[in-house]
Amino acid sequence: MLALRFANQLFEPIWNANYVDHVQITMAEDIGLGGRAGYYDGIGAARDVIQNHLLQLMALTTMEEPISFRPKALRLEKIKVLEAARVPGPISETTARGQYTGGWQGGQKVPGLLEEEGFATDSVTETYAAITLSVDTRRWAGVPFYLRTGKRLGRRVTEIAVVFKRAPHLPFDDTATEELGQNALVVRVQPDEGVTMRFGSKVPGNTMEVRDVSMDFSYGHSFTESSPEAYERLLLDVLLGEPSLFPNSEEVELSWQILDPVIKYWHTHGAPEPYPAGTWGPESADKMLDATGRHWRRP
Amino acid sequence: MIIDLPKTTTSLVNSKLVHLRQQGGVNAVGRVLTLVIVTDDDERTEEIIDAANDASREHPCRVIVVARGMKRASARLDAQIRVGGDAGASEVIVLRMYGPLADHGDSCVIPLLLPDAPVVAWWPFEAPPVPAEDPIGKLAQRRITDAAAERNPIKMLDARTKSYKQGDTDLAWTRLTLWRAVLAAALDLPPLERVTAASVVGDGDSPSADLLAAWLAARLKVPVRRGKSSDSQGIVRVELERRSGSVVLHRPDGKIGTLTQPGQPDRRVALQRRPVADCLSEELRRLDADEIYEQALGGLGKITRGRVSTKPPTPEKAPTRTRAQANA
Repeated sequence: MLALRFANQLFEPIWNANYVDHVQITMAEDIGLGGRAGYYDGIGAARDVIQNHLLQLMALTTMEEPISFRPKALRLEKIKVLEAARVPGPISETTARGQYTGGWQGGQKVPGLLEEEGFATDSVTETYAAITLSVDTRRWAGVPFYLRTGKRLGRRVTEIAVVFKRAPHLPFDDTATEELGQNALVVRVQPDEGVTMRFGSKVPGNTMEVRDVSMDFSYGHSFTESSPEAYERLLLDVLLGEPSLFPNSEEVELSWQILDPVIKYWHTHGAPEPYPAGTWGPESADKMLDATGRHWRRP
Repeated sequence: MIIDLPKTTTSLVNSKLVHLRQQGGVNAVGRVLTLVIVTDDDERTEEIIDAANDASREHPCRVIVVARGMKRASARLDAQIRVGGDAGASEVIVLRMYGPLADHGDSCVIPLLLPDAPVVAWWPFEAPPVPAEDPIGKLAQRRITDAAAERNPIKMLDARTKSYKQGDTDLAWTRLTLWRAVLAAALDLPPLERVTAASVVGDGDSPSADLLAAWLAARLKVPVRRGKSSDSQGIVRVELERRSGSVVLHRPDGKIGTLTQPGQPDRRVALQRRPVADCLSEELRRLDADEIYEQALGGLGKITRGRVSTKPPTPEKAPTRTRAQANA
């Protein structure tokens, strides 16, 4: 992410509210919580994943250019954006949560959370959480950041999708661009690390028809050596005493400040909405984006 | 290359796909859509995969074949990945599902869909009663059925009219494209007169003939008769009546049609019955709602069924009239 943004001239000029429509950060897992009840029950997806992993990814996506890649300089920039980030209200409309129920997933029958061993049968622990964030800086004013995570979703994937605004004027007739979506830049964190770019192209044939296509860069394809797993990298950094990617206490503090109002609200308002295992989350999450005319992309 | 993954899960299939891609650079870029084929697991499955492979040469796609196997077995998923020479310009994933899993095909399809890319569902044989509400149909932007492959095509067409949602389409409709093109082009030439009535004759079981009649009824807003012929397949004859004489398109042998227009020599037109792969490629070219198909379905109620007199058009009369007009 850092190399993509700061080593290239291509992306940084459009990396702001003038061109970006919204950003979706997804961390989905297809596994359930069997055997992890002791840790997870009462904690939930927001505390488990959003608080650290997704907010860190968001910070790396939104921060200004650091003066160097030394840990201190990086941290300084991350702290700035984390201080500027907040969950806009009303929280009932800008967040969503869910809990998976049993069903068929990927060829196997899986139990719902309430049937998993170790969970209370009336547990209100959420296994899916989605929140909207706004970053109040000149660069990002008005651009919503949608963060979502969950267990027993469609497939295991972590990615950052930067979705761009539509072209202000399309000199085609109505039907030519009916199938054209918004341009997007997707950074795939795992699996199959790489970058995908989506843009419109003319469909071959004698009619003028523009359709989305994707251009693809895959790490494993361009460099045959694979990059280390996320946790390997983290441990190496700590051992070397250069924990540049490891959030320090101030960052952790700020992350909690962002998330606290949401958790407090959830605590006092109802229970998570059930969603069938193997789907992409509860309906309320779709509604959360529908309200602004956007939709989750299928990762 | 064909890789068998017996007794597997979709996450294993997914990691195998990533592995294949990194190892061989198989299928690096450019998939434009996911085509989900829903069928029962039998000897016809291979034919359908071949048709999809042909279509993939025009539309590189990921093909997911959901083959429902025996229901009275224990739940089990057998997967097969085909890439390279065995899969045209696509990658084919055949998912054979047994036991209770066979009713939950969508659970195996969701994890294998390509990111962002549109999804097209195709039922080459029996389709669900309401395609748009089928679990797999719900995932798709475009749902392709084939009324001609159903047990009762004409009845099925009525059902499709009732259950129509944007994105539905039918191969019986795609088979008409050439006919529609020839007829529309014929009306583009002088004399530019209104059509007063029309008729379509075809096999009693042909849903395409019904759709063609319905299309004429919906677009021209004239009475249309639909007659049956017993000796040949598909559409045989279309007649558009106009004041100066009729435009007749006649295809007795299922291969070459003859277009007769007043004041002009007969023209031979290639009107081959189209193979499934052809129709599929055409359907995949557009992924937005087919409004004209919707209108044609709406016209089904307006056609009158009954005998159509197929007396040859009177070529002598019409030219005389044109000549008279020229003199006047």
